[in-house]
Amino acid sequence: MQHLLEVKDLQTTFFTPNGEVKAVGGVSFNLDQGKVLGIVGESGSGKSVTAYSIMQILTHPGRIVGGSVKLSGQELVGISEDEMRKVRGNRISIIFQDPMTSLNPVFTIGNQLMEVITLHTNRDEDQAKERAIEMLRLVGINEPEKRIHQYAYELSGGMRQRVMIAMALACEPDILIADEPTTALDVTIQAQILELMMDLQKKLGMAIIMITHDLGVIANMCDEVIVMYAGRVCERGTAPEIFYNPRHEYTRGLLRSIPNIDNDEKTRLIPISGTPVDLLNLPTGCPFAPRCDRAMKVCLNELPVEYWVAKDHIASCWVNVLENVGAPLSALGGQDAATGVEGEEAAK
Amino acid sequence: MSEMNAFQPDPQYLVQVRDLKQYFPISTGFVQTTMLKAVDGVSFDIKKGETLGLVGESGCGKTTVGRSMLHLYKPTSGEVWFGGRKIEKGTVMADFRKKAQLVFQDPYSSLNPRMTVGDIVAEPIDVHKLCANKKERSERIQSLLSVVGLSSEHATRYAHEFSGGQRQRIGIARALASNPEFIVCDEPVSALDVSIQAQVLNMLEDLQSQLGLTYLFIAHDLSVVKHISDRIAVMYLGHMVELASSNELHHHALHPYTISLLSAIPAPDPIKAKQQKRIVLGGDIPSPLHAPSGCPFRTRCSRCTERCAQEMPEFLEVAPNHFVACHNL
Repeated sequence: MQHLLEVKDLQTTFFTPNGEVKAVGGVSFNLDQGKVLGIVGESGSGKSVTAYSIMQILTHPGRIVGGSVKLSGQELVGISEDEMRKVRGNRISIIFQDPMTSLNPVFTIGNQLMEVITLHTNRDEDQAKERAIEMLRLVGINEPEKRIHQYAYELSGGMRQRVMIAMALACEPDILIADEPTTALDVTIQAQILELMMDLQKKLGMAIIMITHDLGVIANMCDEVIVMYAGRVCERGTAPEIFYNPRHEYTRGLLRSIPNIDNDEKTRLIPISGTPVDLLNLPTGCPFAPRCDRAMKVCLNELPVEYWVAKDHIASCWVNVLENVGAPLSALGGQDAATGVEGEEAAK
Repeated sequence: MSEMNAFQPDPQYLVQVRDLKQYFPISTGFVQTTMLKAVDGVSFDIKKGETLGLVGESGCGKTTVGRSMLHLYKPTSGEVWFGGRKIEKGTVMADFRKKAQLVFQDPYSSLNPRMTVGDIVAEPIDVHKLCANKKERSERIQSLLSVVGLSSEHATRYAHEFSGGQRQRIGIARALASNPEFIVCDEPVSALDVSIQAQVLNMLEDLQSQLGLTYLFIAHDLSVVKHISDRIAVMYLGHMVELASSNELHHHALHPYTISLLSAIPAPDPIKAKQQKRIVLGGDIPSPLHAPSGCPFRTRCSRCTERCAQEMPEFLEVAPNHFVACHNL
């Protein structure tokens, strides 16, 4: 079956004066129509760079150095900028964390909304304006006829994010990438925006890639989850698998370290020790090994292979490979899921 | 309010704040200024060794409460009592400056990039002349760094060489330098990643039990606040709307704002998330420049009645140690 988006072994490197930073070091995943995929990780884990690589909006010294991104079968890596512009905002849209800096302060909201519409469709200005008003109404902004003449500074944070969503969805994209869409917002406004996104997802049927560091947002919205650390995928699987059956020590650590609001007794949190990894000096083995309590010799020396925990659950952690499979390491070659296809068939 | 004048400090509390108000003049026209009521009459007490959590959304005045009770701003009106003495001026104030410290939210902008970590940490020591000579000073710096889990060689480095979590440790070491009794933690973990957040929270708890510290813990993340606090106060638009023990607030929240705030937290658990009944508040927080009449929350409240628009609800004790300001409980 063809997936809507197929990302295979995507690699993005930033060529900085201090050395090469492998921000994304081989990420693979598939996204199907109408699904919500969550990418969770800490700052510097490469989750945003993964999204920017898919959209090809990387800033200078960053470059895609390998892998492929296929949108309904069409390869995006290596196509011309002109062709990519037809995809951006039209078939794949993105909304950013900070709605203040991602809206242009010198143009009205209507102006910016109409730009997307006239660029990607045959609508003339009047029709574009109509569509802009319709989109603003869809995202729950009252009096849209007045609002289109306003500027970004006249709106609150939550309203601006609604405008961003309206802009991203104006051309009915197949995929909406949301890069920390609620991190800059208050909890009650976050609840509004998440509700709106889920509502629109049901109405319009697009797929969403939700990038966040908040496991709560992931649990509430996502069908599938990718956990990233130091530019690599630690684990990917359905949301219940990741939350109730984590098979990577990093995922386990992450889930343990968040305070549980339903716990009434005074307990200590269990943090992940150490400091975040330095991407300029990545360790040879598993990037998480220096912070892992259960790291073994093999973790420090060799990158873990991906293996299938269940039909819809992949992890790459030596500790869990040995714990669960119990097979000698050499026997794992056949279950290597790094390339995706063979592994998928093997699991079936 | 009549007993205000005859306020007698209660020895079981280290910090007592009475009717604290902090207004800022904002120019709203050519010659016009309007008062922005950032904090509009807040009273609370903190016991020695206790952690009081202060939650609310951005713009509700929680940071201003922390800063004006430390007299970093001159409060418009109201009283702050610390250890049985009223903070006003003179030696009481000088002593208060030593005993009460602040940990800032942003570990990137709160450390001077041109100073070494040693000098940053020693700043309160230098200001208050707490060390007699250089040797004593450097020993003090080393012991402070080791208390927060940094090594002594870090003292000669600069802040930019450290990660967010380590910088926050430097900020905490600086707050501890003058041997304080009371620390206002202003969103100390909200700029940190979850895995590092837990390290810093544990450290704050350890320091509290080792040094007998009292905290005012300001944050917007209710699950973090619930974890660390003994009691929690909820603020909305410059007013305190609810105050209760952490567990009481979580299980028996009474104010409609607290209830919707609690329900808005996305549970990090897919099954619970599906069962969660969410009360999504409509609209935005009104600007404190144009605060609604009566109850500040009425514009977003589902229980709003006519009375709410006319009368400001009083902050009353409705159950033992559970205070709420709402007409329609």
